[in-house]
Amino acid sequence: MNIRMLVNGEPAELDVPGMRRLLDVLREDLGLTGTKEGCGEGECGACTVILDGQVVDACLVPISQADGSTVRTVEGLAGRPSGGQELKLDELQRAFLETGGAQCGICTPGMLMAARSYIDAGGGPDQDAIREAIAGNLCRCTGYTKIIEAIALAAGPAA
Amino acid sequence: MTIRTEPPRVARPTSTEAALLVPPGEVVPGRARIRSPLRREGPQKLTGEAKYADDLVFPGAWYGATIRSTEARARLVAIERDLAFDWSHVVVATAQDIPGDNIVSLISDDQPVLVPVDGEIRHHAEPLALLAAPDRATLRAAKSAITVRTEPLPPVLDPLDSDHVFAHYEIATGDLDAGFAAADLVLEGTYRVGHQEQLYIENNAMIAVPRDDGGVAVHGSLQCPYYVHKALKRAMRLSDTQAQVVQAETGGGFGGKEEYPSIIAIHAALLARKCGRPVRMIYDRHEDIVATTKRHPAVVTHRTGVRRDGTLVAQDIEVVMDGGAYCTLTPVVLSRGALHSGGPYRCPNVRIRARATRTNTPPNGAFRGFGAPQVQFAAETHLNRIAEALGLSPLEIRRRNVYRLDDTTPTGQVLRESVAGEEVLERAAEASEFERERDRTARARVERQGSGALAAAPLATHRERRASGIGLALAWHGAGFTGSGEVKLASVASIELTSAGAIRILTASTEMGQGTKTIFPQLVADALGVAYEAVEIAPQDTAFVPDSGPTVASRTAMVVGGLLIQAARRLRQRVEAATGGTFADTYARWASAHGPIRVDQRFEPYPGVHFDDETYQGDAYPAYGWAACTARVDVDLDTGEVLVRDVVAVDDIGTVIHPVLAEGQVEGGTLQAIGYATIEEMKLRDGRYLNDRLATYLIPTALDAPRISTILVEAPFSGAPHGAKGAGELPMDVGAPAVVAAIHDAVGVWIHDLPATPERILAALGAAARPAEPGREGAGTAAEAPTDAADTERAVREPIIGGTDPRPDAPTDPLPLRGPRNDGEAQWPSGERASEDPA
Repeated sequence: MNIRMLVNGEPAELDVPGMRRLLDVLREDLGLTGTKEGCGEGECGACTVILDGQVVDACLVPISQADGSTVRTVEGLAGRPSGGQELKLDELQRAFLETGGAQCGICTPGMLMAARSYIDAGGGPDQDAIREAIAGNLCRCTGYTKIIEAIALAAGPAA
Repeated sequence: MTIRTEPPRVARPTSTEAALLVPPGEVVPGRARIRSPLRREGPQKLTGEAKYADDLVFPGAWYGATIRSTEARARLVAIERDLAFDWSHVVVATAQDIPGDNIVSLISDDQPVLVPVDGEIRHHAEPLALLAAPDRATLRAAKSAITVRTEPLPPVLDPLDSDHVFAHYEIATGDLDAGFAAADLVLEGTYRVGHQEQLYIENNAMIAVPRDDGGVAVHGSLQCPYYVHKALKRAMRLSDTQAQVVQAETGGGFGGKEEYPSIIAIHAALLARKCGRPVRMIYDRHEDIVATTKRHPAVVTHRTGVRRDGTLVAQDIEVVMDGGAYCTLTPVVLSRGALHSGGPYRCPNVRIRARATRTNTPPNGAFRGFGAPQVQFAAETHLNRIAEALGLSPLEIRRRNVYRLDDTTPTGQVLRESVAGEEVLERAAEASEFERERDRTARARVERQGSGALAAAPLATHRERRASGIGLALAWHGAGFTGSGEVKLASVASIELTSAGAIRILTASTEMGQGTKTIFPQLVADALGVAYEAVEIAPQDTAFVPDSGPTVASRTAMVVGGLLIQAARRLRQRVEAATGGTFADTYARWASAHGPIRVDQRFEPYPGVHFDDETYQGDAYPAYGWAACTARVDVDLDTGEVLVRDVVAVDDIGTVIHPVLAEGQVEGGTLQAIGYATIEEMKLRDGRYLNDRLATYLIPTALDAPRISTILVEAPFSGAPHGAKGAGELPMDVGAPAVVAAIHDAVGVWIHDLPATPERILAALGAAARPAEPGREGAGTAAEAPTDAADTERAVREPIIGGTDPRPDAPTDPLPLRGPRNDGEAQWPSGERASEDPA
């Protein structure tokens, strides 16, 4: 079926089977391999993207459900100031880099999207709230400590 | 000398100034060091630009799949193709297609790449045949058009029943009988642990690409490029250059990508050779769990003699590990297990007997800790029970026995330096206010005891729904390869200076999240006196880098990092001798005039370190890391669920190279240990893993994870030029026994089998209500009854006697089948259930 989406601000139009996973459309049809597959059944959160403002597991979303939607992936976080090639990390990515929130990096794109959504929704540096916000994203490297620290740092001081 | 380095608690500035490089060893008051460099490959990982195996694009690549056995043991009679299916777009590879030896080269030659027809299938999910097709739909259809015919054979599923021994060791010192004779108390206990899945979030993945020279290049997720290289050469009959192994960005390993990638690489290479194009073998989660290696299950029995004051006088330890169907790395895992099995404690009379046997279950292999977490769970839980029996605090009994400088281990190794067991123990106790917290939980237990209807079974009462406890554990972990391993390995690490003035590190040590690509340039820049950014690191590609050994055994920072410092020092001397100026000022000019230069540094034995593999005597490891951990838990008194609230992890890893990365190792390892302690359990039936998906094999989420406070202690190792020891595995050894001790502190029962699931906890609590066995009263040393209030009644009625478990009602029967087994559903005696109602 014919699908139109806005992916990281860019319009995308493609003709794919309606039950193709959003994850495969992103990775294979659009070449956005930043979104990862860890389990294919919505348990690990490695494929987390933001679909019309909602955090979703892209492995569980048939593309037919994303028609006409806005999708944000990890590739849309960093900016390219003045149209250059060099990526400028956003404050969340910067915080992950400085606190050591990314180790092997495979959960990182999904973790960043869950955290982005949390912060965009007005989430603050409260640890318990952050834990809740990333509870659907598994990390095997960090023990979550530095991820939580990074999100708290990016969320800024408590209101 | 040890230095405490506290992680900063304040939010760090987010500015982007160039990171400062501070030489290792330099201490800034109040904080460990000024900023360390940021993770080298961090920006790529954070923007999605990093390319993991499945992200790599090879035009025209086909997809590969594996046909696997569905039985634990059988004779392979035939592999049949459905002739009605269109096979024109599919290639099939079987054992007959293997150009070289049908062997996955590692320690023993017992494991085939593919089971040949007429051969024996030895485990469930064993590879039998391979398929490749241009698209996934064709591949799926082709898979179901293959039929495997077998003749079942009786499987061996219990490691204690198996007569095939992969390896066995005996380590002895002193006079065991005399030791037991001198003991005031002899305690025996059996502890069991099951499989644990590494559960890296990136599944195993390998892509094989045919080379013009008839060879094959494989790109994949892996820890050890030269293990894969060796296996590929042998099975595919390739020369050193025809076989090329390239590490893609790797999404976690934890040991799980140490040996299995060799199999996947050969499989992909066979298919690529047959269809003449690149082939992608990307495992999904189910296949990864069902087929790849796990942590070895183990049964560990301790018989320990102690004096009344808590001094250990005799340790008789038996370790049995389940190797699974093939040898893989089992002898080395068992060796480390045997050497660590007594724990970090002085004892004059020791016998350690360890064996690993073969069963018809998927092979077990490397996983962070490599045999040590299993045995140290047993050793620590046993020691905690001894402390309880003697009325000593867990802290005090460790103070009395922990290795100190110049103590001798059971292999006759004199600990001449870098001994920080006492330091980490005291730090952990202090930071967690261990004794005060224990007093508090003890008082709470007494109050709770009186508050409900169930006097003997301290479960849910009307006032309390939750019980808190604190537990302590201590461990050591040998840094680097065991025994003469490093000498045999003879690793090489290199630095090249190009004529254009680029400084490049060449090693086969892989980055899988732990920080290799950050700390290596840091160490080399420091040794050369140049900026961190001036040092590049070459990709982990066997076409370019020397064999610096596998990225395992917490050896990368200590051993390979040490080689790089030595290489850098030689390079610096060479340049400075020629130019008369400092390296930093003169190398670019010198390189452009002189031309490129490469310095290779080969491992040389650490001075004074000797080990005899035959007698198992000598220096088992050049140095040890030391770890202590305290855990505070809440146990839900209705459900038996455990929440680990806080952990203090104190780790001596020698000189800290990069505090943020080192803390990351401790925190991550600690949470893996907590998962091992509480929820991670592989269940088997007929030799097959039952919970073979991420929906059924659980690992901790952010909500399950405790707050972890990390304290790094630095007791440098003089054999390494920078003083670093290993960091990766150490925290894995202490988390589980600390949690189990905390559960005991909360609810008064010892859990002998990991994980300490709600079912096991409730069963143990149910057993506490059983009447005492007759005939036990009055014997032995009843005076040393536990002080634990929750256990008082039982302790008085069931005094400890020499040679018996202090808790005869504890489930210590010989291991049933494999690993920990559910000892039945939690049984609530009907009378108790009734008494829950308000009277």
